Amino acid sequence: MLAFVVTTALCFITYLLLTTGSGTLGLWSLEEILFGAILSLIVGFLARTILVKDNFRMANPVRWVIFMAYVIGPFFISMAKANIDVAYRVITGRINPGIVKISPDLKTDLGITMLANSITLTPGTLSVDIDEDKNDLYIHWINVKKEALEKKPVDCKYICGKFPNWIRRIAE
Amino acid sequence: MIFDLIIYILLAIGVFFNLLAGIGLLRFPDVYTRLHAGTKCTTFGSIFLVGAVILIGLKMWYTGATDGSVLAIHSIFVLIAILLTNPTGAHAIARAAHRSGVAPVRAIVDDLQNKTVKKTVKKKEAEK
Amino acid sequence: MIEFNTYLIVLIALSLSIIMAMIRVIKGPTAPDRVVGLDTINTIVISSMVIFGAAFQEVIYIDVAIVYALLSFISTLFIAKYLEGGDF
Repeated sequence: MLAFVVTTALCFITYLLLTTGSGTLGLWSLEEILFGAILSLIVGFLARTILVKDNFRMANPVRWVIFMAYVIGPFFISMAKANIDVAYRVITGRINPGIVKISPDLKTDLGITMLANSITLTPGTLSVDIDEDKNDLYIHWINVKKEALEKKPVDCKYICGKFPNWIRRIAE
Repeated sequence: MIFDLIIYILLAIGVFFNLLAGIGLLRFPDVYTRLHAGTKCTTFGSIFLVGAVILIGLKMWYTGATDGSVLAIHSIFVLIAILLTNPTGAHAIARAAHRSGVAPVRAIVDDLQNKTVKKTVKKKEAEK
Repeated sequence: MIEFNTYLIVLIALSLSIIMAMIRVIKGPTAPDRVVGLDTINTIVISSMVIFGAAFQEVIYIDVAIVYALLSFISTLFIAKYLEGGDF
């Protein structure tokens, strides 16, 4: 029941944001509000088991505040670095690629998805495949460092810095 | 005035990184390195281009046109869609490329090689 | 106010980038190369739609861009699934 309410509320907020400026009742017209409410009730009923799987830990607003801080702070900075790095490699053509394995030790699906997306957008790395039993990631690394290869699986600090700690605070 | 200057700078940065993505696609030697260029650069460039449009919308809203708020909010939705879908698509293409047998060019290490072989063997056994 | 010519220059530069990705789609030695080119073209088309929306002050272009982003994501996933050779 609570899952149904959460899904419906999310759908309704999204609908309202997409139809701003349509009338005189605040920012919306009465028809839009009624139609949005009916549609989000239907969608919430159909999708109630998909969005919320097991528990409600992501409903905690503190996690969302940390998430915003993560996106604006370390994530955006390393994304800018990534693009300057790609620019350097496009111009000079100097690459030294390889596929390495890391084990970030995250347990939830949401956490591993966020880590994989963060790795894809940060300097010189691209996630290729996942070992679904142990949540290990296979990373294509454009500039493999020699000292990182001595230990297998490769230490996380060469690939993604402190990202696993941030994600553990957000999603677990 | 200074607002316009910020918008021009954002547009210039966005166009520069999008052009870089095109050049990278032409210059890099194999699929994985091309994905580096095609994903990172277009995502970063699109953030700046869409950010410039959000600023234009906010400025229109500030000067009195209510259309501006709609422009800004819908642009934020586009930004969220790009940020969510682009890395996931790159991930899917990379996995498909490796499973269909494209090896990384000039690679000095490939940890994934053995694992893929194991997986196909398992699949064949399951079919029997 | 931003002049219309600014948007025009931005759009011409974006279409240059699309042409370069198109060369990769035509030339690409393997199928994944072509898919990478297509994915890049999709993202650039989305951002140029947003620029169009700002240039003509029409919100409908941006709505189309949202739908295009989600549909192109699904099509990329399906092509990747097909290349992988698994069962659907």
